[in-house]
Amino acid sequence: MANIRFESVRKVFGKVVAVNDVSLEIKDGEFMVLLGPSGCGKTTLLRCLAGLERVDGGRVFIGDRDVTDLPPRDRKIAMVFQSYAVFPHLTVFDNIAFGLKMQNRPRDEIKRRVEESARLLELTELLGRYPAQLSGGQRQRVAVARAIVMQAAVLLMDEPLSNLDALLRLQMRAELKRLHQEIRATTIYVTHDQVEALSLGERIAVMQNGRIVQCDAPMKIYDYPANKFVGGFIGTPPMNFLSGIVHVNGGGTTVIVGESHIVPAPAIAPALAAKNGQPILLGIRPENLTLVPSQQANTIRARVRVIEPLGSHKLLTVQVGNEISKVSVAPDERVALDDEVWLHVDPEKIRWMDASTGEVIH
Amino acid sequence: MKRFTHWSPRYLFSRVLLYGAAILFAVWVLAPLYLIALAAFSRRQAIYVYPKPLLPLDFSTDTMTFFVTSTGVLSSVSNSIIVALATIVLGLLLGAPAGYALARFQFRGRDLFQIALLVTKMFPIAILSIPLAVSFIQFGLYDTLLGVVLIHTAMALPFVVLVTRSVFFGVPHELEEAAMTLGCTRWQAFLRVALPLALPGLAAAAIFTFMISWNEVFAATILTVQNRTLPAQVLTQLNDSPIYYRYAGGFFMIAPALVFIFIIRRYLLNLWGPMGK
Repeated sequence: MANIRFESVRKVFGKVVAVNDVSLEIKDGEFMVLLGPSGCGKTTLLRCLAGLERVDGGRVFIGDRDVTDLPPRDRKIAMVFQSYAVFPHLTVFDNIAFGLKMQNRPRDEIKRRVEESARLLELTELLGRYPAQLSGGQRQRVAVARAIVMQAAVLLMDEPLSNLDALLRLQMRAELKRLHQEIRATTIYVTHDQVEALSLGERIAVMQNGRIVQCDAPMKIYDYPANKFVGGFIGTPPMNFLSGIVHVNGGGTTVIVGESHIVPAPAIAPALAAKNGQPILLGIRPENLTLVPSQQANTIRARVRVIEPLGSHKLLTVQVGNEISKVSVAPDERVALDDEVWLHVDPEKIRWMDASTGEVIH
Repeated sequence: MKRFTHWSPRYLFSRVLLYGAAILFAVWVLAPLYLIALAAFSRRQAIYVYPKPLLPLDFSTDTMTFFVTSTGVLSSVSNSIIVALATIVLGLLLGAPAGYALARFQFRGRDLFQIALLVTKMFPIAILSIPLAVSFIQFGLYDTLLGVVLIHTAMALPFVVLVTRSVFFGVPHELEEAAMTLGCTRWQAFLRVALPLALPGLAAAAIFTFMISWNEVFAATILTVQNRTLPAQVLTQLNDSPIYYRYAGGFFMIAPALVFIFIIRRYLLNLWGPMGK
């Protein structure tokens, strides 16, 4: 069993609070992604788990063991570093065998396990080479092989793909996913790339300023961001935010956006009604806006400012009042620059947020 | 656009300039060495011949043999080697950990320490010599090799610390962290990863230390009477010797240093094939 538990973990560098009372539980065998912009504390949190940083407060558990005060070697973890940290003075074989040799495993077991993990990462032909003779992608695979050969219950990865070129990154992403399905180690994966997070994670913990702002399944995070930051961070292009004013009229609640009226979904209407007359934010994904030929219920008037054909779809930049929105439409959609268009939105797909705090209204 | 082919005049010109400069520097260094060697291996009278022959037409080992067999020379050579090697060992043992600490850790007084290292080099050894001699006599270190080793180590330490600092700075900390996640203690990670990678740089530090100790005259002259190192011996002995012995002595000082550098030079080159950029 290797579930992981952070209990109000705190890490301070001088005056900067890198990790601010983070509590998080990761299930045995789960693939958890820590996602956030640079400086949000995700790597520090990972290093606290690895034992490379001492926590300034809180406890860290792996399985039932309190590992807070243990050195890295006693935590039964394996780690892949952003820079790969492949040992330049050792061959690929000796790199992968390094950890097993430290455990004084018998020679034939080392050979068998090294060859096994080399095969898993297609390094068999390269075992005799030195890292300087490898490409970046190959070095990255050596770093992964060196970690999985340990058969540790916990596998930590710190932005392992960020130094690869785009095509290779796409390949390795799928490789890592396959690998996890094969070995089922509890994995914590740190990245700032939201596409990686969505594609790999069973759950994603989104971090900002040393705190976890939301932790959920990828599609939950995508569809129901907890606040404006998460909505804006995840998705390419990110979520659109339009401002509106709540208007309660008789029994009905409407929200006025520009000159248009949106009728919120019945479930959310009472919560919105409480903010009568107040400004509010509408979070809408670009693919949830559709072009319609004329004004109808729940449409917003906009003017097309930029058209970007992207192959599988067309990305429009439109102006709504004084605000800019992105709209994703079919590649054959007939639309011209400076056209005035009507955007229809399904009220169920709108995330309503407090205009001042950016928090979602339930 | 102008084409810059292999045989264009501009290319040839730049090559000629480059090689010309390289040859000039090589001659600058090698010519004195050659002239000293020439004089050391000629008969005594050859030194006074004018114009001087530039080829060893008058080859003889007489001068060298006489110099080498004269009293004190051979024992001073072995003294010098012992002192230099001991200084390397002691200097690296004391200096490398300091360099490592400066490269790896942020601590209070780190910058002050680095400046203090340089300040010690500003302090003239001549001023220290009398108090040093007095204390060495008190401690029973006077006229011992250990005493010379200690003073040479003290002189070499700032260099060793600063050189090893940049050496360890060049070894990414993540490599040691990776070793620690793979089952090493901090100390094992240092021994198995940082140290082997730092070896070429440490070899360079060893060469520096060797040169400092091998060439050091002043302290060695003042602190010893019987157990002289080679420079101290040569200095006192050759002061009242004819000029041809001085050439023999000069050559004798250069040769072991050259041999040492040739041996250790291998470690300056890469030990494990071509390293990345």
